[in-house]
Amino acid sequence: MNWVDEWGITLAVFLPVAGALAILLTPKAMEGVIKALALVFTGAALVVGLIVAKAFQIGEAGMQFQMNRSWIPAINADYHVGIDGISLPLVVLSLLVTFLCVIYCYWHLPEPVNAKAFLSLTLLLETGMTGSFIALDLVLFFVFWELVLVPMYFMIGVWGTERRQYASIKFFLYTLFGSMFMLLGFLALYFQSEPNTFDMLELQQAGVLNLPVGLAHLIFGGLALGFAIKVPLWPFHTWLPDAHTEAPTVGSVLLAAVLLKMGTYGFLRIAIPILPDAAMTFAPVIGILSAIAIVYGALNCLAQTDLKRMIAFSSVGHMGFVMLGIATMTPEGFNAAIFGMVAHGVITGMLFFLSGSIKERFHTRQIADLGGLSLKMPRMAGLLAFASIASLGLPGLAGFWGEVIALLSAYQPHPDLSLPIFRTAMVVGGIGTVLTAGYFLWMLQRVNLGTLSEKWRKKSLPDVQPLEYLAWVPLLALVVVLGLYPRLIMDATDSSVTALVEMLPGGDASIATTDR
Amino acid sequence: MDVNAVALAPEILLVIALCGVLTIDLFLPREKRWVAMPLSVLGVGATAAAVLSLWGTEATTLGGMFVVDRFALLFKLVFCLAAIVVFFISQDYLREDRIHMGEYYTMMLSSLLGMLVIASSRDLIAIFVALELITLPSIVLAGIKKDDLNSNEAALKFFLFGVLSSALMLLGMSLLYGITGETALVEISAALAANEGATEIAMLATFFVVVGFGFKISAFPFQWWVPDTYEGSPVPVAAFLSVLSKTAGFVALLQIMFIGLGSLADLWAPVFGLLGVITMTFGNLVALQQTHIVRLLAYSSIAQAGYIMLPLGVASATDASLNETVVLATVTYLLIYAFMEIGAFAVAVVAGRRDGSYLIGDYAGMFTRSPAIAVAMTVFLMSLAGIIPLAGFWAKFMVFRAVIEGGGLWLGVALALNTVLALFYYAAVSKTMFMDRSDRTDRVSLTLKLRGVVTALAVAVVVLGVLPGVITDLATGSHFF
Repeated sequence: MNWVDEWGITLAVFLPVAGALAILLTPKAMEGVIKALALVFTGAALVVGLIVAKAFQIGEAGMQFQMNRSWIPAINADYHVGIDGISLPLVVLSLLVTFLCVIYCYWHLPEPVNAKAFLSLTLLLETGMTGSFIALDLVLFFVFWELVLVPMYFMIGVWGTERRQYASIKFFLYTLFGSMFMLLGFLALYFQSEPNTFDMLELQQAGVLNLPVGLAHLIFGGLALGFAIKVPLWPFHTWLPDAHTEAPTVGSVLLAAVLLKMGTYGFLRIAIPILPDAAMTFAPVIGILSAIAIVYGALNCLAQTDLKRMIAFSSVGHMGFVMLGIATMTPEGFNAAIFGMVAHGVITGMLFFLSGSIKERFHTRQIADLGGLSLKMPRMAGLLAFASIASLGLPGLAGFWGEVIALLSAYQPHPDLSLPIFRTAMVVGGIGTVLTAGYFLWMLQRVNLGTLSEKWRKKSLPDVQPLEYLAWVPLLALVVVLGLYPRLIMDATDSSVTALVEMLPGGDASIATTDR
Repeated sequence: MDVNAVALAPEILLVIALCGVLTIDLFLPREKRWVAMPLSVLGVGATAAAVLSLWGTEATTLGGMFVVDRFALLFKLVFCLAAIVVFFISQDYLREDRIHMGEYYTMMLSSLLGMLVIASSRDLIAIFVALELITLPSIVLAGIKKDDLNSNEAALKFFLFGVLSSALMLLGMSLLYGITGETALVEISAALAANEGATEIAMLATFFVVVGFGFKISAFPFQWWVPDTYEGSPVPVAAFLSVLSKTAGFVALLQIMFIGLGSLADLWAPVFGLLGVITMTFGNLVALQQTHIVRLLAYSSIAQAGYIMLPLGVASATDASLNETVVLATVTYLLIYAFMEIGAFAVAVVAGRRDGSYLIGDYAGMFTRSPAIAVAMTVFLMSLAGIIPLAGFWAKFMVFRAVIEGGGLWLGVALALNTVLALFYYAAVSKTMFMDRSDRTDRVSLTLKLRGVVTALAVAVVVLGVLPGVITDLATGSHFF
């Protein structure tokens, strides 16, 4: 299996681009062929991803499956890729979710139907998302990071709902704004390192960066701005409700399940290991913002009348838990964050699928109009209840572990961090979980229960279709499996997380870096 | 004076082509005058081949006025290739607008000759003569639609601003000659380094030279002629002005600033930084309100000029390796700019053919009517906006890189903000093409020529976006330190 060691992850990332090219060369009228191509290429990428996951050495902290080739010699940027326990779950998640989205497209394509354009953008998006999780060179990371913008812009803008134009340009401008400052930060890191390098692993090594404290804070600020907008962390979240709500179902699923994780991943992969001291300084701020995000997201959800918009706002809260875990700077917190990312991806992805399918049938997303869903479509209602309960963090399902461990880790954050701030954040987060349970249950009460409106009673509206099951069963199964057996992810992440924590001040690997 | 005919081969070939096109046109009946275009392409192609055959050689001739090196050859090649593309997008336009082809191509070839010369000019007189050779035929081209008032206005504005700026530049150059007694850039540099006392006059001279070039490269506040001239000229001429003419201005500017006035860099660098920031901010802000595609591209090209000159804002009198990064950034930007800007103009020409409309609003529903046009335009505009995975991103990246290396953090922040600002109007064009619905069902008709040019440019912009090493390798080492 030698090729897997070097080419495995590259293949998984670039198969979708090959698929997109193949689709572009296929005439528009051959919709069947186009769909089949998308299915084959995303499926192949997923299979390669699973082969890599199988060959992954659990318990090893360092990077595996590395490949390092010269790419743009003039600026010293390399094609350096590799994965560790932090990236592996996210790589597999993005490959899986895109594959399921393509299956879902077999059941339904959004208006105006254009399989060729829609699927080629989806595949391009997949490459950008997956690539972000394997890049170990800052320039390469940036390229993958930005690669998702154009496809997502068009996906929202062309195939979205009423306010799609506004939502798409807002998403585009907002994200570009953040990433421009991130790019400035990357370049500053390059010119401050000795020898000059864009390589993340080299930049993490002690002595490569010798930054004055002020500059380190400035650079961290630039990086954090880019990542925080993507997460999105309160108060940088305002693009999210619009983008998620207006996007077509597949776009919402990909945004929620994968795109948001690029931001949190950026903190774990780049900002914290390269600038550990600045990260320690900023951690309380991030902690406070996360706590606000949790409560703010929940309160907003309570006020929503639109099912999809409510799910969108719930992402703000859930990502708040993830960021809170990261802000604690502890192994538990980091583990919880990664687990939370995957869990949120699976559960919220599922919720967006459901809201999309419900909208397809009822042509409305207004919670008030949907009452009595369980009378009309018992299976759909059951799945909605299941995913909602998983999302509110019921023990035994995937949503539980990420949130509860994040809260626990806030009780005892990194010894250098302020205890009162994080314990307050924990209490606030705890209130947030109660509110989360509140708005989900209230939504279920209004949507699933109650009486069916007259206008639906006579119409024949199909319950969950076989193709939908096909797309959803893997996610549903993961919700249960991850809930019952969280070690599936924790085992992979733990050693990498431990290595990451050791880079922080006070850790074993930080001795040489403390006087930076 | 020694004359090295081999080093001058491209220019000599171009002169022959120029005379040939002019003469043959005289003896042909009207319906056969289209041969001017293939003849011009052939002539410029031969010139490009001559440039390639000189690749790697270094020569100096005409008493040091004319230098052939990597830098000069690279830009000669760019000028030739860009001119060929402009010829290709001109032909159908000229036929439909009944513009005299012989004159048109002769003027373009003359202007092109000036560009080839300017890339090699390392002497104030040579630079000035070459600049005039570039500008005067361009003015005729801008006004070539004789019975069109807009075209007349375009030529007149261009002419008045051009004369004014030439006068100022000449004043600066004569001041430089006055304090150094030299016209060769290398000698001027040596004299300035030796003669510390005359810094004030040298600064004044630099000021006038910069003002003169400000007009050529459309830097604020010398950009007022640009939108009207671009709009009134035939659209392919606007492409010619915004790409070739502007690039030629930058090529001469780089030579004067780094070879001749390099020792004063600490004094002029901040001026360029400031000018760059104001130019791009102005261009982007005004572009936001445009509804006419050529005017939008005109303001966008002003903003682009701001990006291109930004690296000069961190140039240094002493740090040669920093200057290398600065020139690398500017050269890379110019190379990539040529592809995407001509591409955008080419699509504007194509899309305007059917009904002569250049209003962005008329692009509504283009994605359903002519998806290829919509996709191509999006590729070029997103590249101009600097969005991955297109070549334009790397152009911006190099500028970011240069200003950060030079410690110009505020320049970087200004560029970052401008990138976001600019995206709004670039994306708005795509928005109209992809997201606005329209009742029109007519497709844009494409001739094979236009289809080939647009496709080739779009593919190049994408490929260079994925493999930017091709361009950066070309640009690396193309400097004169």
